[in-house]
Amino acid sequence: MGETLAGNVIYRNVYQFVQDLLGEEWSWVAYAAAGMAIILLVTNAVMAIGTVYTWFERRLLGRFQGRLGPNRAGPFGVLQPIADAIKLITKEDIIAVGADRIVFTLAPVVMLAPTLLVLAVIPFGAGSWVADLNVAVLYIAAVSGISTIAVMMAGYASPNSFSLFGSMRAVAMLVSYEVPLVMALLGVTVLAQSMSLVDVVEAQALPFLLVTPLGALIFLAAVSAELNRAPFDVTEAESELVSGYMTEYSGMKYGVFMLAEFTNTVVAGAIFAALFLQGWKWPVLPSHVWFLLKVAGFVFVAVWVRATLPRYRLDQILAVAWKYLFPLSLLNVLLLAAEVIVWPEPGAAELGIMSAINWAVTIPAAVLWSKVVSLRTAPPMAAALSTEGR
Amino acid sequence: MTMRTEPVVVNMGPHHPSTHGVFRMKLTFDGENILEAEPVIGYLHRGTEKLAEERQYTQVITLTDRLDYVASMTNNQAYVLSCERLVGIEPPDRGKYLRVIAAELQRIASHLIGVGFFLQELGVFGGTALMYAFRERERILDMFEMLCGARITLTYMRIGGVLQDAPEEFWPALRSFLNDMPGYADELQALVFDSEIVRSRTVGVAPVSAEDAVAASFTGPILRASGVAWDWRKAAPYDAYDRVEFDVPTCEGGDNYDRFWVRMLEVRQSLRIIEQCCEQIEPGPVRATMAMLFRPPPGEAYVPIEAPKGELGFYLVSDGTIAPYRCHVRSPSFMSLTLFREMLVGWKLADAIVTLGSLDFNMGEVDR
Repeated sequence: MGETLAGNVIYRNVYQFVQDLLGEEWSWVAYAAAGMAIILLVTNAVMAIGTVYTWFERRLLGRFQGRLGPNRAGPFGVLQPIADAIKLITKEDIIAVGADRIVFTLAPVVMLAPTLLVLAVIPFGAGSWVADLNVAVLYIAAVSGISTIAVMMAGYASPNSFSLFGSMRAVAMLVSYEVPLVMALLGVTVLAQSMSLVDVVEAQALPFLLVTPLGALIFLAAVSAELNRAPFDVTEAESELVSGYMTEYSGMKYGVFMLAEFTNTVVAGAIFAALFLQGWKWPVLPSHVWFLLKVAGFVFVAVWVRATLPRYRLDQILAVAWKYLFPLSLLNVLLLAAEVIVWPEPGAAELGIMSAINWAVTIPAAVLWSKVVSLRTAPPMAAALSTEGR
Repeated sequence: MTMRTEPVVVNMGPHHPSTHGVFRMKLTFDGENILEAEPVIGYLHRGTEKLAEERQYTQVITLTDRLDYVASMTNNQAYVLSCERLVGIEPPDRGKYLRVIAAELQRIASHLIGVGFFLQELGVFGGTALMYAFRERERILDMFEMLCGARITLTYMRIGGVLQDAPEEFWPALRSFLNDMPGYADELQALVFDSEIVRSRTVGVAPVSAEDAVAASFTGPILRASGVAWDWRKAAPYDAYDRVEFDVPTCEGGDNYDRFWVRMLEVRQSLRIIEQCCEQIEPGPVRATMAMLFRPPPGEAYVPIEAPKGELGFYLVSDGTIAPYRCHVRSPSFMSLTLFREMLVGWKLADAIVTLGSLDFNMGEVDR
């Protein structure tokens, strides 16, 4: 556990209280209890933000679509998430006949777990983080992959073709998008010369969004694929697969899936804020407020994209990952590595120069590459089959 | 290593978010690729044609509302035109113009729904484009409400004219709609048709050649998307269509993109037609005087019209009684499913959904 955690008021008080109660030789209980208190605080706070975000997203989508959105429960419909939760909890929890009951039940839990695990390394404000891992970036990449397993579990356990389709799509897609995601993270790591998120935030004399715009864009694209959000939402694909891997779920199991999905977006926003937007830094307002505002900004963009863009076909999504994002992310990392060799410890001035170079090189490269890569290819089966069938 | 795989059969529908009502597709998949496709229809069969045989000619109009329920106005029109041919009467001029205005408004509304659902099926989340399309359609329905009090099941067109003259407030509403609609169309176009994702999803997907389209009895926008400029409003003008100028827009490729592009073009032509009707229309009676209960002379009549989805016609046979002896509906939606298998096989699941959306059929009309 990091130093700041031990310095936290809640942690100190709980630790002190339990130790006074039980005595010196039970200090490990006090340690565990204090840690639990912090975990409880962090997970619940983020889940609460996740639920508020469901309201935010629905309200905002309403605005984008020229309608009102939820406005019945409470002022401006802010109590809508609570109403939804009550509805989902009281709903009958159905496990379909023929389902693999254990896997079916475990899947939502496995889905939610990585979201909460990632919280461990996120710096929410100046001096507020659970653990300052020195491999935090690697940890995020590793842990976020678990959700793929959850999707696979849900699809496999449900006796439903749509679920299976959804989960197969998810696996194909998420495996592909891990690559550009990790490459984008690698760029940031090279710049900050550390994998610790705290160090990454400290290293940002300029926001990395400005220093490595292509890296940020690739991260955004890859993370929307990881989150199954538009334009990469083929795993749920309402119009095609009903609800994809979630089709057979009902009641609170479904609720947990949805909660994981929404909380994921918030957590992705937090990661983005830490990696590219200087984390908690920025003057005047308290650091936690800045952090929340940056997360809200990310979330706003995410909703905006979701409300506007249609969906790619699965093969096109894979083509985007391998043909477009992957080469560009390689270019991005190479460029940053070369720059870091030239300016080993970049301050604001050096970052400014890097930024100018990166904007001048990577953005035209991305535009040019988009002209080269074509997604408008007919599936090879089409011609052969349609003539053969006649 | 080779893995043994086997094709999987998936029933999409009759309950599925994007099957336009209760349509069932029996698709055989190899992974995401469609190996075999079979349409299963009949879930919405209500026996309209048989019901028509047991009702007076006037009463049948209400049945036609329920065929293609997003384009009731043109259903009414097709039916009353056949009836008028059977009886041998002609509606007064003002009635004709009102019919054309109402029919073209209905065409815009129907195309908006078609385009909106097409985008829904492309995956614009929660139907942003669909909501935009509905916003404009709402104004058209408001105008229908002024005309006849109903919004969906209209029964506005009557044998020998229309139900009643348009009220005072209709004309300003129409005027403001005509002013706003081109802007709305531009907006929808900018949101969608220039989008790279839409293009990469739809251009070249499930193309139908002009020969195939003709051979499969395609009519309406899906035929014109393949490059055949066939339109009953030009070929055999009915009502006031011979007195207005308009173009028949066509596209070349016959793919999903063209099937929708042609609809957007037609919306603009419809606006042009309505503009001209507003200029030409003159005061006068809207309905020819005739008895509610009439017995047409024995014979038969078929007047095809250009409904939003294609050629729609009612083949009526009279045996001299108060009810039709036979009433057959030639519905464009049913015909547009002719090439269902040929269009889908070889494409992917996601394409299948979009292709169905591009055909813009309506189960009320397919099953009747």
